[in-house]
Amino acid sequence: MAGIEQSRIRNFCIIAHIDHGKSTLADRIIEMTGLLTSREMQSQVLDNMELERERGITIKSQAVRIVYRAKNGEEYIFNLIDTPGHVDFNYEVSRSLAACDGAILVVDAAQGVEAQTLANVYLALDHDLDVMPVINKVDLPSAEPERVIEEIEDVIGIEAADAPLISAKTGQNVEEVLEQIIEKIPAPTGDAGAPLQALIFDSVYDSYKGVIVFCRMVEGTVKKGTTIRMMATGTTAEVVEVGYFGAGQFVACEELNAGMVGYLTASLKNVKDTRVGDTITDAKRPCAAPLPGYKKVNPMVYCGMYPADGAKYPDLRDALEKLQLNDASLQFEPETSIALGFGFRCGFLGLLHLEIIQERLEREYNLDLVTTAPSVIYKVHKTNGEVIELTNPSNLPDPSEIEYMEEPMVKAEIMVTSEFIGAIMDLCQERRGIYQGMEYIEETRAVLRYHLPLNEIIYDFFDALKSRSRGYASFDYEIFGYQQSELVKLDILINKEEVDALSFIVFAGNAYERGRKMCEKLKDEIPRHLFEIPIQAAVGSKIIARETVKAMRKDVLAKCYGGDISRKRKLLEKQKEGKKRMRQVGNVEIPQQAFMSVLKLDDK
Amino acid sequence: MNMKELELYIHIPFCVKKCNYCDFLSAPAGEQKQKEYVESLRERIRSHGALGKACHVVSIFLGGGTPSILKPEQTEAIFTAIYDGFQVDQDAEITTEMNPGTVTEEKLLIYKELGINRLSIGLQSASNEELRRLGRIHTREEFLSAYRMARKTGFENINIDLMSAIPGQTLESYERSLRFTAELEPEHISAYSLIIEEGTPFYDRYGGGSHAEELPDEDTERKMYVRTKEILQNYGYHRYEISNYAKKGFECRHNLGYWNRAEYLGIGTGAASFLNHRRWTEGEEPVILTRREEMEEFMFLGLRKREGISCAGFRETFGEPIEVVYQGVIEKLTTQKLLTERKGRLALTERGIDVSNYVMSEFLF
Repeated sequence: MAGIEQSRIRNFCIIAHIDHGKSTLADRIIEMTGLLTSREMQSQVLDNMELERERGITIKSQAVRIVYRAKNGEEYIFNLIDTPGHVDFNYEVSRSLAACDGAILVVDAAQGVEAQTLANVYLALDHDLDVMPVINKVDLPSAEPERVIEEIEDVIGIEAADAPLISAKTGQNVEEVLEQIIEKIPAPTGDAGAPLQALIFDSVYDSYKGVIVFCRMVEGTVKKGTTIRMMATGTTAEVVEVGYFGAGQFVACEELNAGMVGYLTASLKNVKDTRVGDTITDAKRPCAAPLPGYKKVNPMVYCGMYPADGAKYPDLRDALEKLQLNDASLQFEPETSIALGFGFRCGFLGLLHLEIIQERLEREYNLDLVTTAPSVIYKVHKTNGEVIELTNPSNLPDPSEIEYMEEPMVKAEIMVTSEFIGAIMDLCQERRGIYQGMEYIEETRAVLRYHLPLNEIIYDFFDALKSRSRGYASFDYEIFGYQQSELVKLDILINKEEVDALSFIVFAGNAYERGRKMCEKLKDEIPRHLFEIPIQAAVGSKIIARETVKAMRKDVLAKCYGGDISRKRKLLEKQKEGKKRMRQVGNVEIPQQAFMSVLKLDDK
Repeated sequence: MNMKELELYIHIPFCVKKCNYCDFLSAPAGEQKQKEYVESLRERIRSHGALGKACHVVSIFLGGGTPSILKPEQTEAIFTAIYDGFQVDQDAEITTEMNPGTVTEEKLLIYKELGINRLSIGLQSASNEELRRLGRIHTREEFLSAYRMARKTGFENINIDLMSAIPGQTLESYERSLRFTAELEPEHISAYSLIIEEGTPFYDRYGGGSHAEELPDEDTERKMYVRTKEILQNYGYHRYEISNYAKKGFECRHNLGYWNRAEYLGIGTGAASFLNHRRWTEGEEPVILTRREEMEEFMFLGLRKREGISCAGFRETFGEPIEVVYQGVIEKLTTQKLLTERKGRLALTERGIDVSNYVMSEFLF
């Protein structure tokens, strides 16, 4: 593939607020460039993890190279780099953007500019990308393209007058998008003869090829046999294969030159060696400096993961190790719980990341898991001057040893129509938000700025936001530091025994309320036993709430009819089946989902 | 004679009107349909000729639906086919179920003639209001006259079915039903709780916890259950199975067969059979039980009996001591006082009966 003129390459991504049609447009572009027939298209080609397709979101960055024959008769190479659409994966978004020269901004013709639209545009502008707006879903009855164009120009401040008005769903006007890509997105620059300098924007682990590194060539050339070095991690390796991204497959080629997007393999065994954002260079002829912007991503949310069947502990470890091969931001270390036995304390970028890993462990590795309530990282300042980063609430030192505690805070931007401003401000207030300001971006819409404890938003803030604004509010946040806070550990006692896996850290002012709700929730979750079970919430030695699970009710004395034993068996099997998903704590069997109860405290 | 013992079950899937709680295979049907069904039953009975020659029948049970809906000559036709194809013991227990609303003297006389020696009459409640709610077609008075007629005809082994936890039922009205029944001195009383089953009018009303205020609450239900035993004991009945009471010597042999894992052949729509380690429902493929499944059944069926299961019997059947197979389970349940061991038998305690599903499910592997 050597010898492609840079002038005929376009490297771009599509950015959008969730559900504005990013993946659908990507599908349509791939379809219309003729790489796939309509019949071969499974909906949403780029989201190739089963989970992604089901949830309709993009988790991992993906890239595809397509060939477009333009109206001017020339053939162009388009490298479309898909970006994750969730704030958990912001860093990956940022790295994907860095691999591009331009971005297509998709805005829903009915919804207009949303919080993530803004956040993504700012991110793209930060990376010096040319942003090309596209108005999608113009076929909707509620579409108001003129208003949205105006909004883009006013709010974002980019030219949108000739933005293609399209329907990615029906394919209407998508051709126009393709033509504008050539026109509006700059061709890459860079010197194929210069020392190698390439940006890693993703990597996946393949059991045959080892780590496959996705990279954007900035300067120089790489081919089979080149000895490369990762500038941040220092890892060196000899390149085994280079290539580009066909539709759903890797296509090997001779070499990759400056301006191209492709992959390389080099018998690397661990994605940890190929951190997203790192710069690849030629070990023998290194470039002067790495590309800017590399940072190590650290988990924000921690939870305990335990195999439902204790004997599966080694299987869980293997599965986590395998997932980590592909996901450098996943961290885990062994821990032990009195209630749950041996397991792992795992760190994630956010709650969605956590859920995805959990589901993948269950689906792809067939593991039955018990997951404890997620927790953020608290800083515990001890009286002896020591500072502990607390990821597991049960490890909280004795209160007498604690000087004070700090919790992580986020800067949140919430975009909302004026009628819901009151409701959303109430919500932020309840979640201990500190009002920072509000700006009207147009007559009926405003951006609210709050500082919020991360702890208050990781569980269900997004759902609450949606329900209180009838789906109209959108939300984006970034971590900005730690703040001292009045925090206590809430313990749960079941049948008078403390269940360590149920403890959580809570703002002192909310302890009573949370404790009460937690007891109520557990009362519903824990099945009746042969005896009465008290459920108590305690802060220190003080009981602050209590509920009781009544003793088992008697079984109905069914008429066992005409020798129909299979019916009886089914009934008993059902009873038994329910028990398998229980954890024994003292005399009490606790259903596994109860350990996640704290997440659902606000369910109505 | 080294022939196998066999129980026969014949299913009659017809009734005058479906009751509000009933999810058994039964429905009202026209005369022509009933006639055709009886004819096909006879054919199905005949089709088991080979089995008929290899076994001797120890009990026959005509269940439904409402077997007493059939015309006398139809019942006769069924029995003729049975006697033609099977060797029925002289002292076999032969039961038919009866709905009090369908009994005539003529039918009873024919039953007697055909060798039927046990009647099972569905009373359910002695309160006409409760009967109406259940959707029964008879009143307490109609039941009484049917019962007296049966006695007069010479039936000396009669079961009466009673139900607790009926919508609107109080502890007092249930006790009245119990006393009313016991005072008639039937040889056998079945007392079981109403279960709200899917696909019934009751499920439409009470499924998913709606209208719960009309149903007796948990505590009342528990008291009903306790009172059943106390009251019936005073009248000389002993409980020999979770929900069955009898005067000495009148335990239902057919039913006990199910709990003892005796072999039985069920004929008729939806009838269940158990033969040669296979279970099947008519029209479906037989399922061969694994050894483990047989052990499970041995336990969960056997424990329905008041006397429980015999540990020696387990060993004899499976060649392994029960203490080894169910190590841990027995200890646990005994510690929980749900199971007792006495004279080589394991049985449910009173508390164990309360939570029998839990106890029995513990014996599933």
